[in-house]
Amino acid sequence: MSKINFKGKVIECLDSETVLDAFLRSGENIPHSCKTGVCQTCLLRTIKGKVPIEAQYGLKTTLCAQNYFLACSAIPDQDLVVALPTEAEVFGRVTVQEKELLSTNICRLTLETTRALHYHAGQFINLRRDDNLIRSYSLLSVPDIDPYLEIHIKRMPDGKMSNWIFDQVKAGFSLDIQGPNGNCFYVSGEPNQNLLLIGTGTGLAPLIGIARDALYSGHLGGIYLYHGSRQIEGLYLHNDLHAMEKKYPNFYYIPCLSGSYVPAECTPGRAHDVALTHHNNLNNWRIYLCGTPPMVNTAKKLAYLAGADLADIYADPFEVADLRSKPRGLTLR
Amino acid sequence: MPANLYAQLGGEATVNAAVDLFYRKVLSDNSISTFFDTTDMDAQRAKQAAFLTMVFGGPNNYTGTDMRTAHAPLIEKGLNESHFNAVAGHLQTTLEELGVSADLIEQVMSIAASTHDDVLNL
Repeated sequence: MSKINFKGKVIECLDSETVLDAFLRSGENIPHSCKTGVCQTCLLRTIKGKVPIEAQYGLKTTLCAQNYFLACSAIPDQDLVVALPTEAEVFGRVTVQEKELLSTNICRLTLETTRALHYHAGQFINLRRDDNLIRSYSLLSVPDIDPYLEIHIKRMPDGKMSNWIFDQVKAGFSLDIQGPNGNCFYVSGEPNQNLLLIGTGTGLAPLIGIARDALYSGHLGGIYLYHGSRQIEGLYLHNDLHAMEKKYPNFYYIPCLSGSYVPAECTPGRAHDVALTHHNNLNNWRIYLCGTPPMVNTAKKLAYLAGADLADIYADPFEVADLRSKPRGLTLR
Repeated sequence: MPANLYAQLGGEATVNAAVDLFYRKVLSDNSISTFFDTTDMDAQRAKQAAFLTMVFGGPNNYTGTDMRTAHAPLIEKGLNESHFNAVAGHLQTTLEELGVSADLIEQVMSIAASTHDDVLNL
């Protein structure tokens, strides 16, 4: 028999009983549906202790890396402390180190944390201003390489947070953050797998983080980064990425322009269309998609139809924040 | 007999082998893809796995009422006999591609056919 600690309450799990059955028997009615390990509704995460491997069958590797498991498939052989995925990590204070303009409407911020944040490049944090305004930004810093958090911010026409950051924020400013959140990050273990990264706008930021993390981890397979924009100014890290391409033989940067003027070094077309034309068999590839929801959804479908396993497709749709009623990350996407 | 059918088909392993073949066919078929097109493809794939488990005679919680309720919004979008037949066709092709014997395919197809009235809310 194992003891399971959940929300400060101890639930006893009988021998050969699943965590879900023990919870339901004890009146803890957590979200669940199929009870057969298919629907993934009964997702929990362990804070302490390990569940048998069967309890993670079919889960994305990024969820496994964050200790998520299916309550209906877990027959524990030890005591556990578990939590619901919606219990997000609390806010911590950060200080702005540096602000740098990368193009007319995109800037980078580096942030210093007061305590170490355990995160993966490509995950996102929620930034909170003192008046409780909250927006999400993806991390392109890599914990083992960079002594700071780095994010890219695009100035939105009526964006409250982005305009404030562009116009007011300076080195030394303090902000609260919550996180890390999200499942769009590199997981080692398949060093020869090809990676396809497709992003538009500042969707580039998490993708650079993922590529840097993969390269730092000694990834050997091809890493293909497609960055899309309408106009050339939108390819805001063109030179840096070309330099990165020269430095790493398995890293490829393919800039795509969907507007009418396309210089010779760029490929005409939308990034996901170009990428899927170049790579029409994605069997056993891992795919990362970051950008507007329509781009991400279309690309996800096309990648799946080109043979990619859905569990190998990691998507991070960037919603326009000021249309969003609540910040990302408070529910598991 | 249904439990027996599920075992004969190879159970969960066959569901897993079939689900991507089946869901890709359905998504690629322009005559029906709108009914399956969604922003939450993972959930939709899980639904297809549950559907396959049911027509394979495996453990499931489907009831006729669930079928009716689940498909009612699609009826309003124009779901009809031709769409039902197209999906059934993709199911059959999937099983054929997996090398399932004609006898077992026939049993699966008859379970699928038994959902006809509930799916179309007749």
